Amino acid sequence: MRMIENKVEKNWAGQRIVSPDYLLFEAPREKHFMTGSEAVKEAVKRASVDASVSYPITPQSEAAHLIGELWAEGYVGVYFRGENEFGVMSEVAGAAMAGARVITTTSGPGTLRAFENFPMWSGTRIPVQLVLMARGVNSPLSIQPDNLEVDFLLDTGCMIWYAENVQELFDMIIAGFAVAEQPDVHVPIITAVDGFFVSHTREAIYLPPDDIALPPYNPYKSPMPVIDAEIPPGRFLRDPFVMKSNYISYATHASWQWEVRAAIERSRPYAKHYLRGLTEEFGDKDSDIVFVACGTAASQAKEAVRMLEETEGIKAKVVKLKTIRPFPYEELVEATKNAKYIFIPEFNVVGWLEREVRKALYKKSNAEIIGTPRVAGGMTMPKEIIVKEVLEYIK
Amino acid sequence: MAKLGPAHYSPYPVAVYEGVLTPPKGKALMFTEIVDEEIAMREAAKAMLTRENATIFPGPQVLYAWNEEAKEKAKLIREMAEVLNAKIIPMYDYRPKYPKIDPEVEINPNHPNLTIWHNKIKACIFIGVHCHYANVALKIIRSETDCFTIAMCSQAGHEDAMITLRDQHVEEIEKFIEVAKEVKKELGIS
Repeated sequence: MRMIENKVEKNWAGQRIVSPDYLLFEAPREKHFMTGSEAVKEAVKRASVDASVSYPITPQSEAAHLIGELWAEGYVGVYFRGENEFGVMSEVAGAAMAGARVITTTSGPGTLRAFENFPMWSGTRIPVQLVLMARGVNSPLSIQPDNLEVDFLLDTGCMIWYAENVQELFDMIIAGFAVAEQPDVHVPIITAVDGFFVSHTREAIYLPPDDIALPPYNPYKSPMPVIDAEIPPGRFLRDPFVMKSNYISYATHASWQWEVRAAIERSRPYAKHYLRGLTEEFGDKDSDIVFVACGTAASQAKEAVRMLEETEGIKAKVVKLKTIRPFPYEELVEATKNAKYIFIPEFNVVGWLEREVRKALYKKSNAEIIGTPRVAGGMTMPKEIIVKEVLEYIK
Repeated sequence: MAKLGPAHYSPYPVAVYEGVLTPPKGKALMFTEIVDEEIAMREAAKAMLTRENATIFPGPQVLYAWNEEAKEKAKLIREMAEVLNAKIIPMYDYRPKYPKIDPEVEINPNHPNLTIWHNKIKACIFIGVHCHYANVALKIIRSETDCFTIAMCSQAGHEDAMITLRDQHVEEIEKFIEVAKEVKKELGIS
């Protein structure tokens, strides 16, 4: 809801409404020191969020409860705890279909329990934001940093962005709404970070004032009608073409699914603008040793680049991927054109990013692609390990 | 590539997978090219005036009086149909029609090809259709028919149409009607 007071437009919390560009790039910022979970709270506080549903799961329960504090303070319209993760993801879908800006958080097994909802979100074209503080999936249960669940999410029809640190997480949450709500995009956005390393670690962060906020979501620009008495929730889900086995049904389903993927592709120019590029480079730009990484693996790779130069006199660079869906194909090909060795450090056992990079560079690079170092289950990735692996390969 | 169909048995590759995105503000998309809006309007009018059984498919956003703009647009669409000598077949809603759609009476985004096949439509304009449903329908049409599709969108446009005009509100529709009148005169069509 917008209110006009002395020609200044305000949201229901009394914050002045400003453009995403102003909030992200122009507003003055002050230095703070906080965890990733606290950064989620600060981003939500400035995002005119209508509703949030939570279910506590390690490691992001603090973020969810901090959003609850925002509700108590009057910054979030509706907030409650779901029955379980499946309930949460269904409930936020209902709120979004009714025209609300919605955010929630989860990780690890909670993601899997809720899983059926993610392709439903994208198929219903709702711009829900999910902050995924990756924790991994295993039995026996793991509650340590690991990003295996991101692999599961790659083909759900949701955009996936990956923040490296607390600052990027804050900015990506704001930008995420601005991009996901574009009428020609309008698919869910998963903003991923490495759990514990980012969610629980205090870092310096620069924040704009908290008396300004994003414009409220306008559901009337949605590519699907908002639900009301005439259009019950998920009307198309119950209508007959879903259940029919005939060529009409097949053609509709095929077109529908291509359309969802096409919507992710349409996000590229918007994401380039609000993220200042889909990738970021660090180190010697002409180097033939390249690390391709996302999240905190990129942070560790940057430390390894420094160490390689200081101790071995070897130059290298990092290409950090900010978006996984859409995947930055062109940017990666350009950034690795001089590469002889491409290392992909990852925090999971399967090497999903290595697979993505191999696919993107197939027949476009002669570099040796090396899926290492790869750690999982809560292991850390010290720069010394990365340097050791590089030296073993290049000698 | 947003070329004239029929493309494949399935709507793949969709236009974005071949690098065609919606046009930037102030511009239009004609096949794979970003062009000035007026150029695209002229070509759209020409296609509608010269191809067989040209038809306008108005959607719910202009069929129901949601707001003043919808009412204005609805009147202009009738005028547009007269200028273009085009039929109007509405898209009342988005529910698939079973057991059988009446393709002379309506078009539906889930099986738009039936209406186009039955009525032998070689050029059409989508207007007032919610973007997701327009995109679903345009992909099926390009896949299965040789209909020349034109999208007049109040938002960002539709790259799977042969011509897409974005940010089309009352003023732009009035402009298109004037362009169509000029093209009609140039072609010597009454």
